[in-house]
Amino acid sequence: MIEHDVVIIGAGLAGMRCALEASKELDVAVLTKVYPSRSHSGAAQGGIAASLGNSEPDSWEEHMYDTVKGGDFLNDQDAVEEYVKAAPRIIYELEHMGCVFSRTADGKIAQRSFGGHSKPRACFSADRTGHAILHALHEQLMKNEKSVKIYNEWYMHSLIVDGDRCNGVVVSNIQTGEVEVIRAKAVVFCTGGYGRVFKITSNAFASTADGVIAAFEVGIPLEDPEFVQFHPSGLFRQGILFSEAARGEGAYLLNDKGERFMENYAPSRMELAPRDIVSRAEQSEIDAGRGVNGEDCINLDLRHLGEARIMERLPQIRQLAIDFLGIDCITDPIPIQPTAHYSMGGIPVDKFCHVILDAEGTKMNGFFAAGECACVSVHGGNRLGTNSLLDAVVFGERAGKSVLEYARGKDFGNVNEGQEKAKVLEKFEDVFQRDGSESYKDIRDDMKEIMMSHCGVFRDAEKLKVCMDTLKELQVRFKKGKVTDKGKIFNTEIYEIMELGNMLRMAEVIAEAALYRQESRGGHSRTDFPKRDDKKFLHHSMVYDSPDGFVIKTKPVVITKYPVTERTY
Amino acid sequence: MATFRIKRFNPEKQPEPYFEEFELDIPDGATLLDCMNEIKWTLDGSLSYRMSCRSAICGSCAVKANGHALLACQRQGEHLLDNDDTITLEPLGNMKPVKDLVVDFTPFWDKINKVKPYLEPKDEAPAKERHQSQEEFLIIDDASTCIMCGACYSDCNTLEVDDNFLGPAALAKAQRFVGDSRDSKTLQRVQDLSEPGGIWDCTHCAECVERCPKPAKPFDRIKEIMTVALDNGVHNNNGARHALSFTNSVKRSGNLNENRIPVESMGIFNISGLLSLIPIGLRMLLKGKVPPVIHHSIDEVDDVKRIFKELDQ
Repeated sequence: MIEHDVVIIGAGLAGMRCALEASKELDVAVLTKVYPSRSHSGAAQGGIAASLGNSEPDSWEEHMYDTVKGGDFLNDQDAVEEYVKAAPRIIYELEHMGCVFSRTADGKIAQRSFGGHSKPRACFSADRTGHAILHALHEQLMKNEKSVKIYNEWYMHSLIVDGDRCNGVVVSNIQTGEVEVIRAKAVVFCTGGYGRVFKITSNAFASTADGVIAAFEVGIPLEDPEFVQFHPSGLFRQGILFSEAARGEGAYLLNDKGERFMENYAPSRMELAPRDIVSRAEQSEIDAGRGVNGEDCINLDLRHLGEARIMERLPQIRQLAIDFLGIDCITDPIPIQPTAHYSMGGIPVDKFCHVILDAEGTKMNGFFAAGECACVSVHGGNRLGTNSLLDAVVFGERAGKSVLEYARGKDFGNVNEGQEKAKVLEKFEDVFQRDGSESYKDIRDDMKEIMMSHCGVFRDAEKLKVCMDTLKELQVRFKKGKVTDKGKIFNTEIYEIMELGNMLRMAEVIAEAALYRQESRGGHSRTDFPKRDDKKFLHHSMVYDSPDGFVIKTKPVVITKYPVTERTY
Repeated sequence: MATFRIKRFNPEKQPEPYFEEFELDIPDGATLLDCMNEIKWTLDGSLSYRMSCRSAICGSCAVKANGHALLACQRQGEHLLDNDDTITLEPLGNMKPVKDLVVDFTPFWDKINKVKPYLEPKDEAPAKERHQSQEEFLIIDDASTCIMCGACYSDCNTLEVDDNFLGPAALAKAQRFVGDSRDSKTLQRVQDLSEPGGIWDCTHCAECVERCPKPAKPFDRIKEIMTVALDNGVHNNNGARHALSFTNSVKRSGNLNENRIPVESMGIFNISGLLSLIPIGLRMLLKGKVPPVIHHSIDEVDDVKRIFKELDQ
């Protein structure tokens, strides 16, 4: 049995920031199913928010208000306040670590505009901000290689829980197929989101809900899973992200008639309205037959920005559109469509990143979560662009501090190694023994298709019920899949099947919560309940697993500074 | 119909790699990675390779296609077809295969670690950010785009014959700090990087520039480190002496004094080094390859001197 004081699952921004903090006193392991530098945080392009005021005067209060209004007032404001107040310090620390930032003429960190932010507060490194921070944190881990052990290409299968305490995880080495138990005083999940559930998504192949579902399976509820963000600018058909920074720099959205249609949806903010509003506007234009050339896409026009600005500020995404669509944004508009991008919901945690089990805040001792897999909730019903990198770093650090506090002087919990290992080996055997005829590709495609068309930008009860029925059928087909590779060494097929199992479960949770929430708020839009309903639904949803199916409970929203008002832009 | 000729390897089944062919209609707009997924998901689930972001930023899916390393997600399948409508896929070079197209990245990362790939700041952290001008940012901008995909490492000609070479990715990463206005260890870094296995062991073939899928372009970064090393007076090694001797020879005579350069590169007080040149010298003599003893300047040497003078200014 492997032992570490702390084991962190996931080596993106949250995981690595947490490791740097926790390793100041404790023996820390970071486990990732890829390599740290391959984590999906690195795909974030446009920026990281902080009210530095480097290009215009700004304040944490304005950052907080923008975040709360952007989240359609579902954010827990006590947590938001601490989060936006921490932002400047967090950015300066990244800069001190060596993170590469674009600069103003006087050598400060440059900042630009972003959707839903009333001030230019996105600090950036050209159009690869996530990449720059990811590598800066990875550099710090390499510097501290003696105090943090990194398990590259290991997969986490399940949590080891004894009553109200978490004692470790069961994992396997993808390179050798060996299953191992890691006993730890504290476990931190920084496992990211689950956009792969949808057909059109900006997410990496690795974003498959492994962590969130592992938590769900030991009885932890999932908070606000119905709130999935659709980003307005995914490259047409591919869903790959084309940064909001393009609109931050001044790009237009045009329908088939060449109209800047945002005038009809958010006249004061136009293209820089929050993402949920822009994505809905695009989908409405497409649904009304005003997609470009009658297709499911809208044009993003950067031509008026000029070659110099595009090459300075957006060089990487220009190349992306050339590589993937054969279109140069200097000379032609880029066809885009809404793409599943970010999960506002996730594993419920208190503002110190400790996982909680209910509205009363009962803790699962020794279990922490940070970043996209967690729901604090600082983003409420819709996250503003550039707030996710900030979330990952602020709460990654915080999780590290909390873990230090928690694990100091604690003993290891009891773990029955043989029993825990056997459960996971059984999972492997179960898959290896399947000799059905169903193709896992078809099952996965069908899941993605139904989630996109029936649980996507616009939802209604009828569609959601069809969606849930389809998902149930898919669960049956999933057991009858055809398995080709029964080897141990770098068997990527078996891991894809396990990931698909997690995604099918996640899809059901999303659909269930979407059906429950009979209102439209933030990223959750019900055409049969088009208005926000604060009387009935100004609360978080908490989805529990039970032998009789899902149970939904509620958790109050913490409102401190900004009362709930109408949300218009 | 396209043919994918894929190098298969599974040590659990047989010790030697072999090629297997798959036939596939390349869908419109499909990237090479899309094609590989189509093969895996519809023809043979046991095919292994790495992938994640599919937007050319995570660096997972680098493989060799038709003999050269590239990012599978970044290239259109159609564009890679050779004259026989075939695409040949192999694992990256200079690293050991693990299974099919997956290789062991351990030596790659070990070498990244060797260049102390982290900022060693000049002073205590200020209350806010350290200032850096836009020009200073641009010096490290290209190097910081590296995604650690290993394409350069795979196709590096020096690594093919010299395991000790740090390789293009590690040296590009090193430039990221050598060039960082906030770093305090510039001199130490360029001294370390001038040791055997470092910048001067690069053969200047620039294959890494061809293979790099990002603007990181390692050989350009290696040249930048060389310049910083020479500017900082780090001359006490064969590579630097060779570069200086080369320059001086052209400066003086307009062409290369091939008798003088090896001696100056070795160092004129380096007795054992000079003695080691004797056997090669003798072999050259026997084959009639020794350059003329008296070195002549070219006719337009004054023009060359004028050019150097202008460059110096």
